[in-house]
Amino acid sequence: MWEAVFLTLKLAGVTTVFLMILGVPLAWWLARSHTWWKEVIGAIVALPLVLPPTVLGFYLLIALSPQSPLGAAIGKTIGFTLPFTFAGLVVGSVIYSLPFAVQPVRNAFEAIGNDPLEAAATLRAGPVDRFFSIALPLARPGLITGAILGFAHTVGEFGVVLMIGGNIPGKTKVLSVAIYDYVETLQWGKAHILAAGMLAFSFLVILSTMLIERRMRRRFP
Amino acid sequence: MRRILFLALLFLPFSPIPAAAGEVTVAVAANFTGTAEEIAEAFREETGHDAVLSFGSTGRLYAQIIHGAPFDVFLAADEERPALAIEEGYAAEGSAFVYALGALVLYSADPDLVDPEGAVLFHPERFGKLAIANPRTAPYGAAAVEAMTALGVYETLAERLVEGESITQAYQFVATGNAALGFVALSQLVGEPGGSRYEVPTDLYSPIAQGAVLLKKGENNIAARAFMSFLKGDTARKIVGNHGYRLPS
Repeated sequence: MWEAVFLTLKLAGVTTVFLMILGVPLAWWLARSHTWWKEVIGAIVALPLVLPPTVLGFYLLIALSPQSPLGAAIGKTIGFTLPFTFAGLVVGSVIYSLPFAVQPVRNAFEAIGNDPLEAAATLRAGPVDRFFSIALPLARPGLITGAILGFAHTVGEFGVVLMIGGNIPGKTKVLSVAIYDYVETLQWGKAHILAAGMLAFSFLVILSTMLIERRMRRRFP
Repeated sequence: MRRILFLALLFLPFSPIPAAAGEVTVAVAANFTGTAEEIAEAFREETGHDAVLSFGSTGRLYAQIIHGAPFDVFLAADEERPALAIEEGYAAEGSAFVYALGALVLYSADPDLVDPEGAVLFHPERFGKLAIANPRTAPYGAAAVEAMTALGVYETLAERLVEGESITQAYQFVATGNAALGFVALSQLVGEPGGSRYEVPTDLYSPIAQGAVLLKKGENNIAARAFMSFLKGDTARKIVGNHGYRLPS
């Protein structure tokens, strides 16, 4: 039981790190670029919001299998294929939680506007310098919100894990799958305990993001 | 245009489409999906009643039934859940019977991996992952563990096992090549001539008897009672046999 809780937190933590590494530059580009096709990319990033997770999981299972070109290439490169491994769950979770991490960060970058960045440019700050010393600090509430939502969304993830996980204790048996298992085997007492914990956790997450948002609004009225 | 539509709607109840005499809602274990659809078709032709099918894992369907899901008939993947349903007062006393016996097969998408004697199980170096259905919830999963234990290979293979939440998922793992081989149901391989397989001898595992039961809600439904007797009849039994199940005598 605790193994599943620990594994879930580990998965959500690792996923959040990757979400930030990938999501922040992506959000910056989506916020600042003027190309007409950036919304196409924006829409692709948002797809997991509307795709049923089991469908996404099923196609990941096919795409990452040793029989597919992509899966075979991954297998050659790292020595194993991704389904039924912790690394595979991270890949699935990053794809699935990407919109939750990107959207708040993008909004925060857009809220900064041009003025602070132009002022910095006239003081001879280069683009990288401008990004790190102006944009990132000003967008901090958005970054925190994005990280929290990405983390929380991964904690509650079920469909993708069910399809590509293989239910291996300590490797891919996360909290949501453990609860599902308890319900299926009619051990409702244990299911209730885990589900109640998850509910309390979710409540705290939503409350904290709302408080951060409020602080953000006060800073940029 | 709107008036025409309105008139059309007005006369809809009198249109010459023969309405079904009655309707039965059936909760069906996922492994029986294709077979149940064919039975429902034959049932409609023979009786005029409509059978509305709802698929899911036996455990989940049972949880839905005791929480008031509107099912008349329950086709489970085990005998345990129908017996429990009667015991706890959700199903009609004495209505349970075995409608199909599942057959366990060791299967691989690779045509050269599994030999007809199943010797591959003693050579784990020849494969990576082995897929089974969740042995705690799926009868086919429990049977797979039983068979491996009987062959004395369970200990050596335990760390290679990946679990699907149902036999359907175990089959997906094998069919997509993510698991090199796996224990699946013979019914899943009907019309699938490819790959390689070992039909597990029936003395290595307890029978996978699938039980049907008439639920309390269906007790006074003529269509539900008709469906129960249709399932015992020759037409249905033939369909069940054609789909890779053995029949209870």
